[in-house]
Amino acid sequence: MTEFLQQLLNGLSLGAIYALIALGYTMVYGVLRFINFAHSDVFMVGSFVGYYMGKLIPEGTLWGGLTILVGSMMACAILGMTIERLAYRPLRNAPTLNVLITAIGVSLLLEYTGQVFFGAAPRNFPAIFPVTNFHLGGLIISSNQLMVIIVSAILMVVLQLIVFRTKIGTAMRAVSLNPKAAVLMGVNNDVVISFTFGLGSALAAAGGILYALNYPSIDPLMGVMPGLKAFVAAILGGIGNIPGAALGGLILGTVETFVAGSQWSTYKDAIAFAILIIILLFRPAGLLGKFTVEKV
Amino acid sequence: MIQFLRTSLLTAFASALLAAGAIAQETIKVGEFASLTGKEAAFGQSSHKGTLLAVEDLNAAGGVLGRKIELLTEDNQSKQGESATIVKKLIARDKVVAILGEVASSRSLEAAPVCQAFKVPMISPSSTNPAVTEKGNYIFRVCFIDPFQGVVMAKFAKNTLKLKKLGLLTSVSSAYSVGLAKYFKERFIADGGEVVIEQKFSEGDKDFKAQLTAIKAAGVDGIFAPGYYTEAALICQQARGLGMNLPIFGGDGWEAPQLIELGGSAVEGTYYSTHYTPENSAPAVQDFVKKFRARFDGETPDAMAALGYDSMMVLADSIKRAGSAERPKIRAALAATKDYQGVTGNTTMDAERNATKAAVVITVKDGKFKFVESVNP
Repeated sequence: MTEFLQQLLNGLSLGAIYALIALGYTMVYGVLRFINFAHSDVFMVGSFVGYYMGKLIPEGTLWGGLTILVGSMMACAILGMTIERLAYRPLRNAPTLNVLITAIGVSLLLEYTGQVFFGAAPRNFPAIFPVTNFHLGGLIISSNQLMVIIVSAILMVVLQLIVFRTKIGTAMRAVSLNPKAAVLMGVNNDVVISFTFGLGSALAAAGGILYALNYPSIDPLMGVMPGLKAFVAAILGGIGNIPGAALGGLILGTVETFVAGSQWSTYKDAIAFAILIIILLFRPAGLLGKFTVEKV
Repeated sequence: MIQFLRTSLLTAFASALLAAGAIAQETIKVGEFASLTGKEAAFGQSSHKGTLLAVEDLNAAGGVLGRKIELLTEDNQSKQGESATIVKKLIARDKVVAILGEVASSRSLEAAPVCQAFKVPMISPSSTNPAVTEKGNYIFRVCFIDPFQGVVMAKFAKNTLKLKKLGLLTSVSSAYSVGLAKYFKERFIADGGEVVIEQKFSEGDKDFKAQLTAIKAAGVDGIFAPGYYTEAALICQQARGLGMNLPIFGGDGWEAPQLIELGGSAVEGTYYSTHYTPENSAPAVQDFVKKFRARFDGETPDAMAALGYDSMMVLADSIKRAGSAERPKIRAALAATKDYQGVTGNTTMDAERNATKAAVVITVKDGKFKFVESVNP
């Protein structure tokens, strides 16, 4: 029983990070109908910003940690908006495929520029938050795991509030529903799309910091695998659907952890992805996605 | 058209031969492929520095057969699939007489078939998986192999650490890790020990909590984790985070200063086996350590550096004995290497083109590597 709870905790804290990254994929898809492949590299940049800020701010304090978290989120929001402005906006009326290829290009650009500036060798991420272990029976809960779950939960609630309770959120939903009609109703699409990228990138940065806290070895290619998993999580939950992305992330993280902790640990990724295929066979639009008929 | 093609091909071939001949008069070209960047960059960097120091020593002493050695180094970025390409480039474009390379067995295994096909002697400084030299009679190594290393660590776990029930944590995508785990397990069980749980991961994984939680639940008194240093550091950290204060130990893949840099206090009291220790008081070792420190800003050479140095020195010795820098003659001389005294001990090539050498066990104490014991074959 203790082992089960411990694995559940491990799975949830991993899943929460996938969920944070998945939210960025799903929001951009909701608004622009394309997969922003550079998203996983914004995640990487987020943890490197944290790494460099960690050199300036004393380690192991709650306020220092939160400052780094917020600072990294802001830096990545700006990065996300810059990427959108320079790479995607000129292609606003181009076919989606062109934008998709550009996104892959931006992703490679960030990865390899990262290798030039940060070096390819893994670096040790500082312990920016105070670390303690709580013992609950046989269960050991580290403060970093709690931090991941709490911060993710807060960010998801804030995101939900932004999307459903604010003017800009309403505009986002309007653009997602029908961009042309949104323009006619006086919505400035460029501002909304830029905001969406900023928001998604900030969440990726938070994911990057939380990931680095739990797995403190960071390198310029660190975003590739979590990015892929988060992308899968977004599809699993129903791409374009915000609660779906969160649910997908949690499911994927938990399944992966339980398989990795079983005797089939060799097939960890294979089983996680096989579950994805099975779910999509029965629900092609994902768990919470709405099935829509494409008009030809 | 065919006639034209044939003529131009012949011309190209002839000019290539001429070019090769002209260059061969000047230097002896030796190719090196290494993981200079990427996940296992510490291996490639150390090994390369050792090889470079050997080349500089040789050239300062007038070269080999009166000709200078020219070292051509290519980086495989610690990536799968790169080594074969860059080794082909070294052979086809640069016309090297021999190839030195790789620490990681998986990447040596990629390059070995290429070298064998082109009949270019290849010396791996520190790949310990037995399959590497089984690729053919042109492939050599100057280090011990995993069947020996596995036995050393199994005995160490049983006799020195007094462990009885072990958990194994291996990387399924690394030939080195899989092989070493196998030989370790065979010996440990034969000696009356018990391996109660085996967990796997893939290279590049950062989350080991799930596997470690399962290992913890299985009630082990130690963990053998034969991987590379990046993973080893994270494994130790996450194990300590889960409250597992038991001995964790591995093989020579742990040997890098980054193990302590990335692992911090979590790697204190861990053990690993390797090829050499700079603490060895033998004059050859101390002389090498002194030269290395003077050349590379006071850096202390690790086992990969020492083996990188020895691989080049063994090659130079063979070229001297062959009296020629032709590939088949170098190969024959390499195969006949006997009692070559290097930094990492005595090198004698056996029938399988492997060296038989002593292993040392190292521990981490107060943030530093400390010699524990030496095990003779």
